[in-house]
Order: sequence, then structure tokens, then C-alpha cells
Amino acid sequence: MPDVRALMAGRKRVAIVPALNEEGSVGSVIDEIRAFDPGFAIVVVDDGSSDRTAQVARAHGASVVRLPFNLGIGGAVQTGYRYAFERGFELAVQIDGDGQHDPAELPRILEPVLDGRVDMAVGSRFAGERAYRPPLARRLGIRLFAGIVSLLVRQRVTDTTSGFRAVNRRGIALFAADYPHDYPEVEATVMVVKHRLRLCEVSVSMRERTAGRSSIGALSSVYYMVKVMLALFVGVFRRRALPSEEA
Amino acid sequence: MTPFWVSIAAAAASLVLLLVVFELIRSRRLRERYALLWLLTGIVLLVLSLWRGGLNTMAGWIGIETYPPSVLFAVGLLFILVVLLHYSTVISKLSDQNTVLAQRLALLEHELEETRPDGEYNPDASPS
Repeated sequence: MPDVRALMAGRKRVAIVPALNEEGSVGSVIDEIRAFDPGFAIVVVDDGSSDRTAQVARAHGASVVRLPFNLGIGGAVQTGYRYAFERGFELAVQIDGDGQHDPAELPRILEPVLDGRVDMAVGSRFAGERAYRPPLARRLGIRLFAGIVSLLVRQRVTDTTSGFRAVNRRGIALFAADYPHDYPEVEATVMVVKHRLRLCEVSVSMRERTAGRSSIGALSSVYYMVKVMLALFVGVFRRRALPSEEA
Repeated sequence: MTPFWVSIAAAAASLVLLLVVFELIRSRRLRERYALLWLLTGIVLLVLSLWRGGLNTMAGWIGIETYPPSVLFAVGLLFILVVLLHYSTVISKLSDQNTVLAQRLALLEHELEETRPDGEYNPDASPS
């Protein structure tokens, strides 16, 4: 692997950390990002937490954008991309505030973006050898979406729910202009390809959540499946949100 | 028995509903989460319109002997009630959030007025 740090030098870069009630983990996530590379600006988007997430993040030196109420993960993440866009950042990484994404894995998702091969790189728990095996029901759901999304984007995608990714300025601009609501990662993958941005997956290992709980409960999974299927179906017929630069 | 043309007309109306909802989602005037109930309404009405045997059977269950298509009215009305109730909860949530937004904005403006030198920050003077 080439020296990612050397390639990053001189690029204005930001880490976007969405967090909802993650006071127990957001501090160490910030510290680990800084330990990996002190050149990253870190913006924590507090999606209406009722605990001390914002105070903890500030105490660890991050910029904190506090949403006045819970917007959902899509709205929170897009806030981060708007921040990145308006402040002229050229490179952004997105890392969950719950600690499941390991900042030590950042070089893996940064490398393909830095060497210009792709506009967005997504860390996948399933690509490559270091496979992760979730419970059966969840695995089937992930498989189903991965299959549909792979067909739609004509490229193999294995982890459509991963929020661990790196994007360049084109990706930042796209997400600042348009980002799906509710459960956004699946639709965002399709949207990126539709706008002729290049996408790749790299294998990463993820950790168990260090604190807090997943935003997707068992009860809402059926609603989630139906809604995402509908969004994917309609997405095929949609116009682009931004005029694409012809490659 | 349900008259043939009633089935055709009801099916056509359901199809139009489904197409309109689809177009609204596509053009981003309707979010998926608020469209699901409408789509369900359209699909149920379409199925009941075309599946004439089923409609008659259902009419029998609830004691409608003279005119089975009444079931379509009943089902349609039920769905409209559910959609309206759903919208009432959505509006309640929106107005709560609107209150929070107005309060936060007022506090922010107050803070800006306090921290800026005299007269430099005056939101009321803006042309809009």
C-alpha cells in the first residue's frame, strides 16, 4: 500500500462523524481519527442526542454541529456533507460515532480515492477474505439488497448498509445537493453510480458496537425492506439531481 | 354479482391512483415514507376490483347481499381514514419541530445581536 499520508498531505480533509446518543464512544472515535492523522478536521453531527454526546465531542476537540431535533441518519449525514462542501473540503471520510468503524482502517478506504481510481470508496464487511457473519435474517436482507443493488449498478456490491466511506470533492458535492432519507446507504450507492461517479468497495473489519444500540430495530425491519425496495425501484426512473460531468 | 363495468371502472381508478403516486415520488414531490399507505390503498382497491369472486365473498361475510361493490366504498373509506389519521400524527410532529426551530432561531438571533457591535446585526432591516 502506498503511503496514504503522503498522498493526503496538502488536501483539505474532513472526517464526518454522525452520532446519536453515543457519549460512551464518540470521544475515542475522535481520538483515534486524530491519532491516525492529525490533519483531519473532525465534525461531529449530533442528531438530536439526549445524552452528553455534544459535550464529550467538544471536549475531545471536534467541531460539533447540533441538530435541533432528530433528523434521522440521512439528514444527519447530509448535514456533514453540506458542512464539507461549504467549507471547501476536497476529501471527506464518514465514520460512525458508535465506534464500529475502526479509524485504523482508514487507509484502506482512502487509498482508491486518493490515487484517483474512484470518487467514493466504501468499507465492506463482506468483500474479501475477512468476512463477517451476521444473524441469518439480517444476512438474508443484506444479501437481497446487495443482489438488487449489484444489478442496478452493474458492479458487485456486497455491503449496502455500510456507512464507512471516503469521497472526493465530486462525492461531497453530490451528497451535499441530494442525499436519501431514512435508511440512506442503499439508495446512496445507486445514486452515486447514476451520477457517473466511480465507486468501489474495499474489505474492512468492523468492531462490535462499543456502546449504544443499533438504529435499526427488529420491528422496523419489514418497513425498512419495503421502503428501500420502493425507493430503489423509483430511483431507476428518476432524473439526476445534479448535471453529471461527462467522463 | 358485481356489474362488469363497475369492476372495470374501479380498476381503472385504482390504476390512475397508483400511477399518480408513482409520478409524485419520482418527481420528488412525495417521500417514500408517506407514499407507502397510498400505494397500499391503490393495490388493495385494484385487487378487489379485478378479483370479482373475492369481492362477492367479502360482501357475503359482512352481510352485503344487494350490491357487492359497496365493499369497495367501505374499504376505500377505511384507508382514507387511516391515511388522514397518519397525516394528523405527521402534522403534530411537524408543528412540534417547527416550535423548536423558531425558538432556536430566536435564541441565535438574540445571541448575534448581543455579540455584534451596535446595529451591525439587524435581521429586521433585511429587504426580504
